[in-house]
Amino acid sequence: MVPLSWYIVLSAVVFSIGVVGFLIRRNIIIMLISIEIMLNAVNISLAAFSHYLQDIRGQIFVFFVIAVAAAEVAIGLALIIALFRNKPTLNVDEINIMKW
Amino acid sequence: MTTLQIFFIYFAVMTTLSSILVITRKNAVHSVIWMLVLFVHIAAIYLFLNAELLAAIQIIVYAGAILVLYLFVIMLLNLREEDTKKKFLSQWPLGLITGVVFIMFFILILGKITVFPTPGKYSVEFIKSEGIMMTIGKVLYTEYLLPFEVVSLILLVAIIGAVVLAKKKIS
Repeated sequence: MVPLSWYIVLSAVVFSIGVVGFLIRRNIIIMLISIEIMLNAVNISLAAFSHYLQDIRGQIFVFFVIAVAAAEVAIGLALIIALFRNKPTLNVDEINIMKW
Repeated sequence: MTTLQIFFIYFAVMTTLSSILVITRKNAVHSVIWMLVLFVHIAAIYLFLNAELLAAIQIIVYAGAILVLYLFVIMLLNLREEDTKKKFLSQWPLGLITGVVFIMFFILILGKITVFPTPGKYSVEFIKSEGIMMTIGKVLYTEYLLPFEVVSLILLVAIIGAVVLAKKKIS
């Protein structure tokens, strides 16, 4: 039997890696991928609590999170294409047209 | 240490390693391929938790749909000149410190977690006798019917929004 705390530590570590990836990368596609990593980390802890509390609702929430993640990726990548058409770069440092 | 724990450690280490590789590769295509490794290992972790349906959905939706979408967009955009530039922002140590603080925070609150004393009725034996699809389907289509319909609306908005955002303007 694997203890619950192992799943939570794994989830915390993967979530933090996602946060770091979002903060330090310049490439906007990798930033979107980091958001996916964070969502996956949350899914792990939801599924782990669902199993240890013997409550199926955690898995239902994971289902909803995956559906929202799919919608988010479609919109995010469409935004990146629209952005790239206006300014041919993926570097977030150079996308500063709305900076005050 | 049981065999199950050894397998869990393998999958946990591979999940961590592949997510680190995802955020550190310079080439975006390499990142996406490491993300495939990450998703497959997370699906295996769902199998440890008796969530077979989630493992299947993880492979189908993430590895099947989302990953291909990323690869298509990376190939649509011409990224030749991006390879020569620096991959990290200049304030990357700050981001790293934030990540370490996050991990410390999570580890510190870990000791405070107490598992609910009276577990629910969905034990492993109950799910085994009824079947995972039946159990999830019953809850999803009765108790969570409204959220389920809202998710379908979100997906519809995503389809329309993606088309509107990505289409070329007709002059």
